[in-house]
Amino acid sequence: MDILKEISEKLQLGDDEKVSVFTKQAIEEKIPPKEILDKGLIQGMDIIGAKYKVHEIFLPEVLLAAKAMHAGMAILKPMFIKEGIPSIGKVVMGTVQGDLHDIGKNLVGIMLKGAGFEVIDLGNNVSPLKFIETAKKENADVIGMSALLTTTMPVMKRVLDLLKEEDLCDRIKTIIGGAPVSEEYAKEIGADAYGYDSANAVEAVKKLVRNEK
Amino acid sequence: MEWRDCLKNPDNALTTEEENIVREIIEIRVNDVKPDRNEVLKNQCIPPDIEPSKKTEILFKRAMDLFLETSHPKGIVSEISIPEFEVVYSGEGLNEKKTPLDEIFRKADNLALFVLTIGNIVSQKIDELFKVNEFALGSMLDSVASAGIDKAADSIENLFFNLLSKRGKISPSAGILRYSPGYCGWHMSGQKKLFEFLNPEDINITLLSSYLMKPLKSISGVIVVGEKEIHNFRDSYPFCSQCKTHFCRDRIRSLFRESKHTNKKGGI
Ligand code: B12
Ligand code: SF4
Repeated sequence: MDILKEISEKLQLGDDEKVSVFTKQAIEEKIPPKEILDKGLIQGMDIIGAKYKVHEIFLPEVLLAAKAMHAGMAILKPMFIKEGIPSIGKVVMGTVQGDLHDIGKNLVGIMLKGAGFEVIDLGNNVSPLKFIETAKKENADVIGMSALLTTTMPVMKRVLDLLKEEDLCDRIKTIIGGAPVSEEYAKEIGADAYGYDSANAVEAVKKLVRNEK
Repeated sequence: MEWRDCLKNPDNALTTEEENIVREIIEIRVNDVKPDRNEVLKNQCIPPDIEPSKKTEILFKRAMDLFLETSHPKGIVSEISIPEFEVVYSGEGLNEKKTPLDEIFRKADNLALFVLTIGNIVSQKIDELFKVNEFALGSMLDSVASAGIDKAADSIENLFFNLLSKRGKISPSAGILRYSPGYCGWHMSGQKKLFEFLNPEDINITLLSSYLMKPLKSISGVIVVGEKEIHNFRDSYPFCSQCKTHFCRDRIRSLFRESKHTNKKGGI
């Protein structure tokens, strides 16, 4: 079987060890790392995402596949750095100040990485300034904010206000999510997008980096 | 005889004492808060009519073992009078004008405030698992822990019920349900007054200025005992139109269905 197909299939089965082995083998076969990523790992994650969407598989299978994706990426990443191959976009993610819920934010980050984004995870209880400073320093394309409480949602607006003050809204896009957050709230505070769940978040972030609304 | 004695042996509970039970710190055995498999799978968004994969079953078992190793359920409970609760409920004045609880608690026979945690070690374990890319196990442990804390609240609810039964204070048509700040119009900030009443700092639960409790895996609320009918309300409050679950329907239904007086559908 074609080695890239093999990588994709083992990834879908959540077999991280085999994904590592075949990724190394693909490198030895001189397949360009970007091709291993796109046609092996990401292709596998895309299938997982599609199956998840139609409830053919569930969260545990998705997360096992994500672990396999990370195993392959760990081998490829040094090569990308060496060859200066950029990711499809850089996202700074965090749960806003005052909030400690980070499981949802983690899942979104994992799925974004699975789709080929570089994710800088700031953890939870992240101050507005920290979001902005990191996004500037890292030259990020998107800031992703999570809030699970009505009492912490307003922090998202403070991040947007700061972005406006610094005239960064065109350069750095924003996406928000979490249980009490909605499409309407995103519009109200001027965020560029809202993500209902991790699959939806990936689609929305792809649109943001492509500059589509 | 105290709350904790009843927890060890519910048959041993208070008999005729009339005075309120004062604040008690309660240690709950972790085995008593082992969540049901179906509740955990529901938290993983696996529908009840789906047979989970073998890998999912293995993850569930591993997560359950980790949960038993890392959680330390503890709570504080105290009976509270209706006038006292009125003050706690009013909180910081941020509640919705009309709420189900506002109409329920004044008709209650007995009220008890509670706060519970399973500690922070389980959250640390979840973090660790995510850091080493064990996402599926980390997420499963999170789901087990969230279901476990609900189970801990059930056990406190049962304890209160047993206690009142022993006192001969429970009528055959009585029902018991719990309500929490942050749900159904009772604003999250209600936790401030609840904390002033219970002082959960004694069991290392603190309240952030966002009204979030630390450790994350904690819950708070009031247990309301009274005629079942007092818990029966329509989901037609203005804020109900935003509600994604209409969870109250299940709770009320199960309260009236149960032959026992306790509800099996958790709290809001
Ligand atoms: C499980 C749960 C708990 C658990 C702890 C949470 C945890 N995981 O550790 C327990 C039982 C301990 C708990 C306790 C409480 N909870 Co609670 N809890 C929930 C519940 C049911 C699910 C949260 C969860 O973990 N979901 C699973 C994850 C995977 O989903 P998620 O975080 O939503 O993330 C997904 C999406 O939102 C989205 N997303 C998330 N972030 C981002 C970011 C971006 C950029 C994008 C694009 C997308 C995105 O994608 C994610 C993946 O699909 C929610 C209700 C709900 N339906 O969400 C209430 C909820 C958060 N809790 C609530 C409340 C009120 C409480 C309590 C205050 C109740 C009380 N008085 O005891 C306490 C507070 C705890 C504390 N420490 O202070 C309220 C908050 C309401 C409010 N007013 O703000 C909620 C919203 C329930 C409600 N009323 O509707 N809770
Ligand atoms: S519909 Fe939702 S918000 Fe309204 S009372 Fe029921 S559970 Fe609460």
